[in-house]
Amino acid sequence: MTESTPTKAADPALDGPADTLEPPPARIHGWRAAWRELVKAPLTGKIGLVIVLVYIFTAIFAPVLAPYGETEVVGKQFQQWSSAHPLGTDNLGRDVLTRMIYGARNTVGVTFLTTCLTFVIGAATGLLAAAVGGWTDQMLSRIVDVLMAIPLLIFALLLLTIFGTSIPMLVLIVAVLESTRVFRLTRAVGMNIVVMDYVEVAKLRGEGLGWVMGREVLPNILSPLFAEFGLRFCFIFLLISALSFLGLGLQPPTADWGSMVRENAILITFGDFTPLLPAAAIAVLTIAVNLIVDWFLHKTSGLRDDH
Amino acid sequence: MTTNGNSGPAEPLLQIRGLRIEGQSQEIWQEIVKGIDLTLQRGEILGLIGESGAGKSTIGLAALAFARGGCRITGGEVIFDGEDLLKLPERRRRAYRGKRIAYVAQSAAAAFNPAHRLIDQYIETAVTHGVMSEKQARQEAVELYRQLQLPDPETFGQRYPHQVSGGQLQRAMVATAMACKPDLLVFDEPTTALDVTTQIEVLAAIKDTVRKYDTAAIYITHDLAVVAQLADRIMVLRYGELVEEGNTRELLENPRKSYTRKLLAVRGLRKDEERGETSLLTISNISAAYARSAMVLRDVSIRVPEGRTVAVVGESGSGKSTLARVITGLLPPLEGSISLRDQVLPATLSARNKDTLRRVQMIYQLPDTALNPRQRVRDIIGRPLQFYLGLTGRKRRERVKELLEMTELDERYLDRYPAELSGGQKQRVCIARALAAEPDLIICDEVTSALDQLVAEHVLRLLLRLQRELKVSYLFITHDLATVNAIADDVVVMCEGRIVEQGPKTEVFTPPHEDYTQILLDSVPEMDPDWLDRVLEERKTVPAA
Amino acid sequence: MNKVLVMVAQRIALGLLTLFVVSAIIFLAVELLPGDIATEILGQTATPETVAAIRRELGLDQPAYIRYFEWLLGVVQGDFGRSLATDREITELIGARLLNTLFLALVAAAVSVPLAIGLGVMAALYRNSTFDRSVNIFTLSAISMPEFFIAYMLILFFAVRIGWFPSLSKVDLDQPLFDRLYAVALPAVTLTLVIVAHIMRMTRATIINLMSSPFIEMATLKGLPPWRIVVRHALPNAWAPIVNVVVINLAYLISGVVVVEVVFVYPGLGQLMVDSVVKRDLPVVQACSLIFAATYIVLNLTADILSIVSNPRLLHPR
Repeated sequence: MTESTPTKAADPALDGPADTLEPPPARIHGWRAAWRELVKAPLTGKIGLVIVLVYIFTAIFAPVLAPYGETEVVGKQFQQWSSAHPLGTDNLGRDVLTRMIYGARNTVGVTFLTTCLTFVIGAATGLLAAAVGGWTDQMLSRIVDVLMAIPLLIFALLLLTIFGTSIPMLVLIVAVLESTRVFRLTRAVGMNIVVMDYVEVAKLRGEGLGWVMGREVLPNILSPLFAEFGLRFCFIFLLISALSFLGLGLQPPTADWGSMVRENAILITFGDFTPLLPAAAIAVLTIAVNLIVDWFLHKTSGLRDDH
Repeated sequence: MTTNGNSGPAEPLLQIRGLRIEGQSQEIWQEIVKGIDLTLQRGEILGLIGESGAGKSTIGLAALAFARGGCRITGGEVIFDGEDLLKLPERRRRAYRGKRIAYVAQSAAAAFNPAHRLIDQYIETAVTHGVMSEKQARQEAVELYRQLQLPDPETFGQRYPHQVSGGQLQRAMVATAMACKPDLLVFDEPTTALDVTTQIEVLAAIKDTVRKYDTAAIYITHDLAVVAQLADRIMVLRYGELVEEGNTRELLENPRKSYTRKLLAVRGLRKDEERGETSLLTISNISAAYARSAMVLRDVSIRVPEGRTVAVVGESGSGKSTLARVITGLLPPLEGSISLRDQVLPATLSARNKDTLRRVQMIYQLPDTALNPRQRVRDIIGRPLQFYLGLTGRKRRERVKELLEMTELDERYLDRYPAELSGGQKQRVCIARALAAEPDLIICDEVTSALDQLVAEHVLRLLLRLQRELKVSYLFITHDLATVNAIADDVVVMCEGRIVEQGPKTEVFTPPHEDYTQILLDSVPEMDPDWLDRVLEERKTVPAA
Repeated sequence: MNKVLVMVAQRIALGLLTLFVVSAIIFLAVELLPGDIATEILGQTATPETVAAIRRELGLDQPAYIRYFEWLLGVVQGDFGRSLATDREITELIGARLLNTLFLALVAAAVSVPLAIGLGVMAALYRNSTFDRSVNIFTLSAISMPEFFIAYMLILFFAVRIGWFPSLSKVDLDQPLFDRLYAVALPAVTLTLVIVAHIMRMTRATIINLMSSPFIEMATLKGLPPWRIVVRHALPNAWAPIVNVVVINLAYLISGVVVVEVVFVYPGLGQLMVDSVVKRDLPVVQACSLIFAATYIVLNLTADILSIVSNPRLLHPR
């Protein structure tokens, strides 16, 4: 019996897409293609996009949109909704609507900044681990394993106790902790690309690490990274809000949605929904981002989810 | 319309009429099977042959009234034993599947459930359909395992799928399909993923079984020589349409359509060998191994003359691809040396300079993974020009166009991404990229085995022409002896990391052979319906080595 | 079988090593501070003499690794040291609260895990049905809402407006079981909503992925009924990934519990930890961190071991 190794990997070309002498038609690229995708987008995706744009608009033009100053005391505390104060006033007599609008700038801004930093750290190290491999990969992976062995919120609480709750510290701590997740993903998808023959071609040509990482691997993992950016934004948003709610995130008097819930929570026991508006704002933005990510994943996975 | 016995004296077992199937690609439904008619008598074996995209597997599955995800049956009838299966509800179709029509998949390793023993997966069909008791099914399983010449038939079924080799697993799948003694078996490329020496065993097992139980079968493959061994009748398909249909012998001897003739002639390409005087690449006494594993190459010495082609032949696990990694410096050898002209190459990739790297280029098996999907053709071919030769701007553009012309590609593909090219075109881009470096040696690793046969032939002709014009040498790694015949001057036969035999092509291919070369040569199917029987007969009389 | 035992032993050893490294991080992270605890405690009032006195009292004049091993030795014997804020034994502070937290987490897990797996499998099998779509919308919303939002919404409706449940969860160890369950109802529901959503989404994805494997197609082509395909062919292979999904998501239980305890003023470990963070009572924060981290590591370890022993390739080597 001269049977050799178990079955070779099934040959993709044997049952793949039609291979004819005629090539598939050229596709459209660039802005026109992007516009087309936008028009073709499902309703949920469009809704998500509109909501996100509204939030961005609010964040940018907060000083113009807000009727009062961010920390300005404008009346008695806990006033009802009125024409002067559409959402009433808070525990210190500040205008709730104004605080909501500035909250968009502060909470979303800090989250966005943190997410960007998370990606710079996580994607760079993940890409490095995948492209170099060997000891570099082993070392980075073991460090990440250990960091991930402590539940994130708990670790964040511990570090915030030690280093204090200033905004730079908050951003840095959350970014470092969340970047472990981005590292894992980047490394995993990067590994799939590194084993491709075209990466070997580049290495055989004599290309340096920079070219391999930046030109061969990175362009091919952009879509999963983009989706991860959306998801990671949501997680970081919820984490920072939770920390603020616990009194350990953005510090007063900065207007922030998580802290606003905590400061005015007492009203809830009187059956008033107003203190929950900031929380609802958080939920709506998170849902919107998730809708966009879903649409994007659906698009790039080639409808793998439902046949 | 359910019973229609006018077509012949006996009612056919399976009759497919006007079958139409659509497949979804990029959210658009396109017809991939365009009105196929098919008739199969009891006990008859029908071969479905075609290149990829012919729709043959889709038709095979439609015989079980099944369509894969992303496909849908839009029209026609599948009348099995007088009943149109397409009109039946899913619940009643189940009564046919497995019991009266059984399916043998291409990859047995993927089609067996990893969590259950082989015999449990065998008896499940018979018991669920209420054909026999579990006890009886177990006895019959052992009987079938014995008949299919599986080792230790009494205990074979106790194993899990991962504990069994590829060829054995494929035979176990045939046994499983036979559990209910179905009237019809659908074989979907059952030997395509196997080595040639394993393929012949599986083919023999299939042929024996089908004959013994007088089962009708649909045999799907892209290889005309394989189907010729089994089929009574052959249907040639292309783009979901019938090209030609006929009795096996008639079709092979007297094909009517030019497409069929091309398919038949596909293995006929042959290069007249030439002797090479000056050595380009000299590999001396190379031994190599991957970290912490057994030796993959042992004492390998090969000489590649200038402007000539040396083919390295062997089955999976023979070490032929490892050889390529050693030459390119990806895997430094444990012993031995490699020199290009008179210059000894540093063992590791990092120790080689740009010019050394430029002189040895490589082309891969799967052009899909060898081309970066995010780079345009102009950048793929342009990069080596810039990197090695310092060409930029207009000079680089002009040279890229020249290279496209050399590889018979139109200029309008310059700005396309790989996904917008066909398989053959992608491989041409890979060739152009290798040529851009103006190399002395190109290592070709199974460059045609993922392509359809006709496309592969075009690529081989292109490589031959380029060699004549540019005097470049090829080290051609392949498992396919027809490819060797088409392109090689010298041949090296490898088995389990050693060189079994080497020399000029005609010498190696004419007797007397080494034992292994003999087995290898014998196992390559020929376009002769009697080939399999003849070889099996010879092997019985001459005990195998 | 031996190979499996070796792998399990290796995994346990690795788990212990991780626990050791994590404990070191938790204890030594404070060393990264430019000052030290003594100046932290005294703040503005620090004079060199008082700092020196506090340092001696806390043993800070010793090298860090010696203090770490002494601390670890104490922890192994159930002694976490003393609280800086209250000067009470930390073990005493933690005791009853740990049990309360465990009770809440167990109630939430017991409800949510079976519910989530059931819903996830159903959604996968009836993919793109109305059921699947509505479940998808529900879970997307649930994972998008901050835990405190869900918690306050429940309070607003079920405690304030309807008045079925208390808005504050008061429990003590002497309560009969039913009273305790009643008291933790709202916090448990909050946690359940969050975890169910996460586990369900991942279970659904796992099952869908599995149902597209060739051996499932083969089972269909064998003419097996759908229930048999699911029970006999899909589930044995789904077991390991589902356990993994469950454990990964129990991490949300750990962080969720902290927030939920604060909202419901539930006397648990999470509440204690947040209070201590605010007071910068470092020894208590370290103790709580270690307990949460150890729980998480043990959960992960369990998942790994379960997936090793349920892998046929390892159980039946060639």
